[in-house]
Amino acid sequence: MPTLVEERKGITLPPGPPIDGGGDEFSGDPASSFPISKGQIGVWVLLTAIIMLFAGLTSAYIVLRGVPTWQNIELPSWLWPNTAILLLSSVAIEISRRAVRRGDIASMRRWLAASGLLGLAFLAGQLAAWRQLVNAGVYVPSTLQSGFFYILTGLHGLHLLGGVFALGFVMFRAMTHRLSAVDHEPLKLCALYWHVMDALWIYLFLLLLLS
Amino acid sequence: MSESHAVEHVHHEMGFLHKYIFSTDHKIIGIQYMITAMAMAVVGGLLSLLMRYQLAWPTTLSPMMAKIFPVAYAGGIMAPEFYISLVTMHGTIMVFFLFTAVLTGAFGNFLIPLQIGARDMAFPFLNALSYWIFLLSCIVIFSALFVTSGAPMGGWTAYAPLSAVPAAAPGQGAGMTLWITAIALFSASGLMGGLNYITTILTMRTRGLSMMRLPLTQWSLLITAILGLLAFPVLLGAAILLTFDRVGGTSFFVPAGIIINGLPLDHSGGHPLLWQHLFWFFGHPEVYIVILPAMGMASDILSTFCRKPIFSYRMMIYSMVAISVLSFIVWGHHMFVSGMNPFLGSVFTLTTLLIAVPSAVKTFNWLGTVWGARIRFTSPGLFSIGFVSMFVSGGLSGLFLGTSAADIQLQDTYFVVAHFHLVMAIAPLFAAFAGIYFWFPKMFGRLMNEPLGKIHFWFTFVGVYCVFFPMHILGIGGQMRRIYDPTSYLFLQAQQPLNVFISISAFVLGAAQVIFLFNFFFSIFAGKRTFERNPWNATTLEWTAPCPPGHGNFGVELPTVYRWPFDFSVPGEKEDFIPQDVPATAATKH
Repeated sequence: MPTLVEERKGITLPPGPPIDGGGDEFSGDPASSFPISKGQIGVWVLLTAIIMLFAGLTSAYIVLRGVPTWQNIELPSWLWPNTAILLLSSVAIEISRRAVRRGDIASMRRWLAASGLLGLAFLAGQLAAWRQLVNAGVYVPSTLQSGFFYILTGLHGLHLLGGVFALGFVMFRAMTHRLSAVDHEPLKLCALYWHVMDALWIYLFLLLLLS
Repeated sequence: MSESHAVEHVHHEMGFLHKYIFSTDHKIIGIQYMITAMAMAVVGGLLSLLMRYQLAWPTTLSPMMAKIFPVAYAGGIMAPEFYISLVTMHGTIMVFFLFTAVLTGAFGNFLIPLQIGARDMAFPFLNALSYWIFLLSCIVIFSALFVTSGAPMGGWTAYAPLSAVPAAAPGQGAGMTLWITAIALFSASGLMGGLNYITTILTMRTRGLSMMRLPLTQWSLLITAILGLLAFPVLLGAAILLTFDRVGGTSFFVPAGIIINGLPLDHSGGHPLLWQHLFWFFGHPEVYIVILPAMGMASDILSTFCRKPIFSYRMMIYSMVAISVLSFIVWGHHMFVSGMNPFLGSVFTLTTLLIAVPSAVKTFNWLGTVWGARIRFTSPGLFSIGFVSMFVSGGLSGLFLGTSAADIQLQDTYFVVAHFHLVMAIAPLFAAFAGIYFWFPKMFGRLMNEPLGKIHFWFTFVGVYCVFFPMHILGIGGQMRRIYDPTSYLFLQAQQPLNVFISISAFVLGAAQVIFLFNFFFSIFAGKRTFERNPWNATTLEWTAPCPPGHGNFGVELPTVYRWPFDFSVPGEKEDFIPQDVPATAATKH
């Protein structure tokens, strides 16, 4: 049995079985091990779903942008520092990922914590931005764009919050010494998710800004 | 669960609760999906019989119904609102909670690890969670039937602004809220399932099982999972906007100046057609989410019962890929009469008719498979042939409906009802029946009763044609969808005998399904025990496992694959089938 497990991980592959008896339609590589891990496919599938959710909302945004009742709102100034904070958190998680590759676990934990805290700071900043809008008298139903503003930022925030929980999980594994230079896939996947959430925010910000 | 961990538990016995209720075993989850979907099918089917009764005898007083449904049948006659609720609930339950659930949920879960030679899905816990969320969504949609203000009335498509304004109709309050909740839960469950299917099929294939050696069922499930992954989030996004329109006071889908029940609404003005675009961007791929696994399963079963390789395995895969790509650019054909730009209508006509090409490729391949074969006419074989028949019958009318000029005449008539029932409801139903008769021994270690299966097939086959074929004529004659009393229109009265004929056929068809349900549940406990691993002489990997397979599916060693799944009637061989795990050298020794 153990040999099969290793094969799955793509470490060793004994020569494949003879290719024969496949009929005229047979083709293909007899070795079935797939080069991408389960976790990576899982995260990419999840990210695809998230991207499609926002793609659908974007198309709704663009269509409604054309109706005569569309009214732009003044975007809260908090969004600018928030964006900087989120970018920094992406940088932090990247430093953390590089640290673990070197085997520098202490540095990895420090930067991971920094990334999580910056993420939480971003979320707090988004709440402050909402507060700013409410103070200006702009609510969800005020205009079509204000509705989109709250929904898009809210959904993005929820997805980022999910990322914060994932960072917490990675942190827990790091604290219990289950991350190493060779085996740190959870951190890699987390960083991937985090970067995409970061890019998604930039995209949403531009969408809201340039309408 | 890690591979080695699974191995340790191959023969591990568990308590009833752990084994059947809180199980993470893909086979149990598949069976859970199947039984739940069957229960939903009974509900959805009964709703359709209520509709047929109403359409055949709209003015006949029915005191019995008045006793069962005192509000809906006040005075012994069905209320029009109740009829619209029936249409909505029947469509929703059948599309989501029967077909999507049984084809991907039940067969996907049961078959993926078995056919690829794996011990379980990639993420078993997520898989179990997917079932429980699905069950919750079933309960929520079922409860919508019992809301005092009435079940939802927006159709399975939930068109805005009817769906966006709770005051628009009695069922659009609490009933519609439950509808949105159920669909959101269903989407979440489907995403978890799809994540598992894609990951499992890509990464967990056993040694030797390359992509081009996969059974077509597996290809179809993989492509379906990708379609679901791209389509469901868009529906979810639309549902979020809809919810805000309903409770948040926004106006994404509600036009300005709308007046409901004589009262002007305080909405600033959005775009009601936007909902249709978003819905059908999801909705059209959704019909392929239903039909693709049916195509895959029917192909594998057809080949097994024809004792011939499937005709052009590769073209079967390429055509499925082509269909799924095209499915994302045809949604506008549902909206030809919505006031869209006629030029855009022509574009959607073109893309829609293009789908006929890969569909025809598949049909010719099925015919090529049957051609000259010595077909075994047992229940699974019969139902897989029936699938092809239904797909062709329903698909041909799609050519008329996909052409905008013809569709403007036929839109919203019974011609459309006939088309989509045959092609995306009855055809998948036949594939699902074929699958149940075929894999039943693998699920329960017993065979279903064959004579009952044949009776079930012939009543169903003739029954569906009697029900749905005359609907084309009704539609060309002008009978509209969703009307609850055709006799109230002078020009439709001459066609009423046809409605009566359809309804009587529908009752017979419904009764035939009781034979199936009896056969299914009776056979679980008292069917003929089969100790043979491969009762149908099939080739794919699930037939190398015991009937039913234990926890972990295969013995200590996972099977190794040496050939494609269609080695039937290989010239020079003694047996007319060679399972995928037979090495070439051993086969030649026969």
